[in-house]
Amino acid sequence: MKLGLVVDLDTCVGCHGCATACKQWNTSGTIGPLSDKDPYGKDPNGAWLNRIRTYEVGDTPNSKTVHMPMSCMHCEDAACVTVCPTGASYKRSEDGIVLVDQDKCMGCNLCAWACPYGARELDPNEGTMKKCTLCVDRIYDEKLPEDERKPACVLTCPTKSRTFGDFDDPNSEVSKLVRERAGKQLMPELGYNPVNTYLPPRNKPVAVKYETTGIAGKVKGWVNKVIAR
Amino acid sequence: MHPAFSVLIFTVVSGAGYGLIFLTILGHLSGLAVLQNQSLLLSSGVLSLVMISGGLLSSTLHLANPKNAWRAFSRFKTSWLSREAVFAILFYPFALLYLIGVWMQGAEIAAVFSLAGWVAAVLAMITLFCTSMIYASLKTIRQWNSALTPVSYLALGLMSGGVLLLMLQIMVDDTASDVLKNVALALLCVGVTVKVIYFFWIGKPSGSSIKTATGFTQASVRLLDQGHSSNGFLNNEFGYTVSANKLLRIRFLAVAVAFFLPMLLVCLSGPFALVIATLAMLAGLLAERWLFFAEARHVVRMFHGDQSV
Ligand code: SF4
Ligand code: SF4
Ligand code: SF4
Repeated sequence: MKLGLVVDLDTCVGCHGCATACKQWNTSGTIGPLSDKDPYGKDPNGAWLNRIRTYEVGDTPNSKTVHMPMSCMHCEDAACVTVCPTGASYKRSEDGIVLVDQDKCMGCNLCAWACPYGARELDPNEGTMKKCTLCVDRIYDEKLPEDERKPACVLTCPTKSRTFGDFDDPNSEVSKLVRERAGKQLMPELGYNPVNTYLPPRNKPVAVKYETTGIAGKVKGWVNKVIAR
Repeated sequence: MHPAFSVLIFTVVSGAGYGLIFLTILGHLSGLAVLQNQSLLLSSGVLSLVMISGGLLSSTLHLANPKNAWRAFSRFKTSWLSREAVFAILFYPFALLYLIGVWMQGAEIAAVFSLAGWVAAVLAMITLFCTSMIYASLKTIRQWNSALTPVSYLALGLMSGGVLLLMLQIMVDDTASDVLKNVALALLCVGVTVKVIYFFWIGKPSGSSIKTATGFTQASVRLLDQGHSSNGFLNNEFGYTVSANKLLRIRFLAVAVAFFLPMLLVCLSGPFALVIATLAMLAGLLAERWLFFAEARHVVRMFHGDQSV
């Protein structure tokens, strides 16, 4: 199995729901707590496993605002694991999930240096490395109803922009999405082979600006202007 | 990259210590006349062990959870940091055995002690190499991911060892040995050459850009919002930014103080001049190591809006 997420950049509205749900679930999950330093102060700081950044792609008027949520990509060639001196970071052979054993980590930051995607953050209070667990404590929990055995971020997303599944299975929902929508890896040139894949925005026509013609059109435009005031 | 002071101290001081013990043992056991002197060998051995141990202790200061530091020996197969830790510890028994030999028998030591000396000298260089590979192996930091990183760590370690050895020799013998003086000068020349090549090399353009980072390779990409109102771990660790002007000034300062000033003082070759030369060199190397971090730009910066690294 090769478990991971597909993120749809076409439909993500940048609501930060996934990041909040992630923090809420994981702060009391297997690697919890996810602590904050000075959370209500002037300069709050804390460990998050999922961050959403917003970009402008293209130049106006042909530009688009793209929200890009990023959590651990559970890379196939994960240098964050090989650089770790303590063996705290490991990649599970059965499903490819990359995890940090909180009891072994010495907080040297080297794995965060080795990660190109900013997926690892040092917990300011615990002094250990935190990262996305792919909600390993949800997806295998047999006490949960079957349709809830998914990561917290996937369940919470109001626009269903996040899909969880097995990339090794060619008929899984994630594999189909990647095929149909030409899914992309981020920064492929570094050779980490990230599993999480991003679906680029669909091509939609640019909003057309109608030019008014004829007397009737001009009058209409003039009336519109007056009413708008 | 944010330059952690404990790591700057560690790499400069223990690098100098490894260079010093390597040159001392090499010169002694290959029969260099000026190094057949028990008090010089002992003082240099003790100084290098103090520097190495002080540096290693300082390196543990940057760990956020040092109670697990003992686990760092466990991933020798894949992790350069683990290898460094293993070789650093392995070095001690051999170095101590060699120094005990010198302490008991003077410059003429028995075969077992000289064998320990050779092993210690090799381990010193291997440890220094492993330290440099921690940085050189990171594909995420273009300015480090190069053979120039291990070359400069080895060259600068040997260079600082060479100047330290000359300083100790002058203190013990009162007059400078020509051989050690030439060695120190040659190593200073090698050091400055490697570093200047490095400064030119890191100016070359990078293959990654904000476009490959975000996957939008056919359009311009600009960051609109980082998604958080105050700096987080990634900003603090990787967002460290110094103006290009200041970096350039510190480059000139570091090169002058770490290389050219010591060269001048070594040529004067009095005990006082050599003490100043050593201190200037170590201070200059601290500035050089600070630059090594401050000029290194992690690819994650592109997700935070940098167009390239
Ligand atoms: S995204 Fe980063 S932390 Fe996650 S597996 Fe890849 S390199 Fe490791
Ligand atoms: S911070 Fe922890 S998990 Fe990361 S490399 Fe260091 S010991 Fe390993
Ligand atoms: S899979 Fe779980 S841990 Fe990972 S980003 Fe989503 S909610 Fe967070």
